[in-house]
Amino acid sequence: MKSKYDVLVIGGGPAGALAAKTAVEKGLSACIVEKRPAIGAPVRCAEGIGQEALHEFIEPDPRWISAEMTGAGIVAPDGFFMKLESEFAGSKVGYVLDRKFFDRELVWKAAQAGADVAVKSRASAPIMENGVVKGAKIEYCGKVTSVRAEVVIAADGVESKFSKWCGIDTTVPAREIMSSVQYVMADIDIDEHSTVFYLGNDVAPEGYLWIFPKGKRTAGKKSGDGHRAKDYLDKFVKKTFPHGKTIEYIPGGVSVCRPLACTVADGLMITGDAARVVDPLTGGGIYNAMFTGRLAAQVAAECIGKGDVSKKALMKYDKEWRASKMGKAIERNYHIKEYLIKQPDAKLNEIIHSVSKLNLKEFSTLTLIKEIIRVNPKLVLELGALAASLR
Amino acid sequence: MLKVHRDICGYCGCCVSVCPEGALELIDAYLSVENNCTSCGVCAKVCPLGALEVVDEK
Repeated sequence: MKSKYDVLVIGGGPAGALAAKTAVEKGLSACIVEKRPAIGAPVRCAEGIGQEALHEFIEPDPRWISAEMTGAGIVAPDGFFMKLESEFAGSKVGYVLDRKFFDRELVWKAAQAGADVAVKSRASAPIMENGVVKGAKIEYCGKVTSVRAEVVIAADGVESKFSKWCGIDTTVPAREIMSSVQYVMADIDIDEHSTVFYLGNDVAPEGYLWIFPKGKRTAGKKSGDGHRAKDYLDKFVKKTFPHGKTIEYIPGGVSVCRPLACTVADGLMITGDAARVVDPLTGGGIYNAMFTGRLAAQVAAECIGKGDVSKKALMKYDKEWRASKMGKAIERNYHIKEYLIKQPDAKLNEIIHSVSKLNLKEFSTLTLIKEIIRVNPKLVLELGALAASLR
Repeated sequence: MLKVHRDICGYCGCCVSVCPEGALELIDAYLSVENNCTSCGVCAKVCPLGALEVVDEK
């Protein structure tokens, strides 16, 4: 690690890896600092991503694909099962990744492109001069060094502290954090190409529980929002897979709030989970992290080239991601989430019963919602202005 | 004061994101609690494992 870079990236997840890789590809010097001793571990995620979303960034590699998905199912609170399939039967709609290897691959690519990487290295304070972020103090094995940078990209995840130290309020409202637990289980009988989502106040109040296939015999599961997510998951596992063997225990938090009001400051850009750019309906954030990481570095390169890294200049990044398909989807799905979590089980049953099988042209939450509204015209009235934005 | 049950904590950082004081920090596998913690208990409410508890100071 040197004492000065064009871009210093805090955090070695998908956002940080894409930011550093993009920065060096644009001719800048960049360094990723990761506080953990290993990239990719411990996993904090269910690891699902849509097919097209992944292809936008990297070609799938069997080394970090746990399973290919061809369909999904939703189980209503009363146990009724709705199957979702692609219009093209049997075609791939998404992947379940193995994040330990996936994250490592992304950072590897950044390193190969020329970025420096430092693990077990924690940003413990920003270097600020006249209110401008100029780098960070980096702690490594008890030693603190100053690393200066033209732009610092905060990609420090859900437990992000860096932006807060720079004076930006990143606090997630308590009701908008999805408190989750996931077990990776072996020796259970599941459909190895389908994800299944369970809804209802008994299984996961204000959230959902899922089964993600992770290869022939393993599955990840996660309980959504609610006090002590672990209790809900344990109850489900005891009932559904009493003989399953848990081989990994993964707690985690996912923000389902709106993104930060502003994701830049003088000399600072905030990306991925740290910027709260998670899809509030699904909790998915891998694509959004890679998207914002890449875009931040592109804008940083432009601004550094022009010699202006002020908040005003960096705002281009904030404006662009908000106007993107991703930014719009977050805003729309936030409203859908707010509507859905307020519905009683009876209403969810009614909605799910109205469609027993859906063949989706495009496998996305938007197409799903559109289809559900089509067969439940009454919902248009309940959703009000939101319904209009879905057409 | 806030008590961290370290045998239960899974160091996921869920609590850090909701702390209004910025008093919590996840340092690799260790959740640190700074002096500015007000024992408001928001973190205890969101912990997926039940590892945090506000206890009376005695």
